[in-house]
Amino acid sequence: MNKLSLIGLLSIMIRRDLVLAMRRRADVVTTLIFFVIVVSLFPLGVGPEADMLRNMAPGVIWVAALLASMLSLGRLFSADHLDGTLEQMLLVPQSLSVLVLAKILAHWMVSGLPLVIMAPVLGLQFDMTAQSIGVLIIALLLGTPTLSMIGAVGAALTLGLRGGGALVSLLVLPLCIPVLIFGAGAVEAVISGTSVSSHLSLLGALLVMALAFTPWVTALALRISME
Amino acid sequence: MLEISNLACSRGDHLLFSGLNFSLSPGELLQVQGANGSGKTSLLRTLCGFIMPDTGEILWHGQNIRELGDQFYAEIIYLGHLNAIKDELNALENLRIGAGLAGCKMDDKQVIAALRRLGLRGRETLPVKVLSQGQRRRVALARLLLSNASLWILDEPLTALDVGAVELMQELISEHLVNNGMVIYTTHQPLEVVGVATRRLALT
Repeated sequence: MNKLSLIGLLSIMIRRDLVLAMRRRADVVTTLIFFVIVVSLFPLGVGPEADMLRNMAPGVIWVAALLASMLSLGRLFSADHLDGTLEQMLLVPQSLSVLVLAKILAHWMVSGLPLVIMAPVLGLQFDMTAQSIGVLIIALLLGTPTLSMIGAVGAALTLGLRGGGALVSLLVLPLCIPVLIFGAGAVEAVISGTSVSSHLSLLGALLVMALAFTPWVTALALRISME
Repeated sequence: MLEISNLACSRGDHLLFSGLNFSLSPGELLQVQGANGSGKTSLLRTLCGFIMPDTGEILWHGQNIRELGDQFYAEIIYLGHLNAIKDELNALENLRIGAGLAGCKMDDKQVIAALRRLGLRGRETLPVKVLSQGQRRRVALARLLLSNASLWILDEPLTALDVGAVELMQELISEHLVNNGMVIYTTHQPLEVVGVATRRLALT
């Protein structure tokens, strides 16, 4: 039996999912446009006072990122489930957790990373300073992968259920609260002039914890869902 | 060698089968028969380890498949009702990824040869979504040629296939059996392999 190296396995899976995403670009664009629209609605709703907008910018951008990542979660496993490729993945003689990790990483690259790249533009719209935009990017870079990983557990558990899309949000959103608190907190800290390192460290810690546990839990959940 | 002893399986509250015993040695062919809903697919999925049996055990070379895990998965190939191919990818990419994940190093020549053998000459680089149902099934069947699994578990392999492809399938199975492979399949169509006595297992 040929054992693939873990890196080889990761790269096959990530490349596959990226190619699939590129051939179904509409899905990727939808998430991004949703993010932009939600963030842009706030100034229209609450009025154009620059001070208020500057203060609420971190929270608004983070909540919008959270909602946008929920929107794309449904696609993480459902397409593979429907055409039977997920079944075959469970039969791959390699670690399922690594396969799941690869899927999550690929999913983040097409649904989380574009949000991070788009965030500075939206930050300018809220008159954020360059320094706070910088912190926002770092916080999003640390936080959005965690959101994808926590979301993957929910997506795997609700696989094949009717109305799974709404259910997965109910399951996952409460679990994402810590990421939201520390992510938005980091940017607020830089605005109010206090230290950001504690917030970013906690975000990093959450990411490491999610990286260690969620692929394994997701793999278990997938096996249960396939029964 | 696959041994099944006292296997029982239920879906929901409904008992599909119980007390099932059989074994399969290299070079043997087993057809699972039964009416719709008698549990053929569930039996095959239990053999793949997707479904936990209520009682009984499944042994592969004397060891429980639950304990073997990856070692067992490396020796089986499962073809389900779903073709497990991606519409957005072409046949070549689909098979290359499938073989890659299974740990087989494949070059494009081997994959193309397998596709041609299944009558898909000229369709290798078309997106699978433009192929017909029968052609998609042929792409899925080409996986059999690219794997070195010894146990083939085929759930209705002949769905959507034309007469020529059914004959080809008989040929593939017979080659696999000659190489000391094992095949378990379900079908509602006649599938006779020359020179091999098909064993039958009836589920009621």
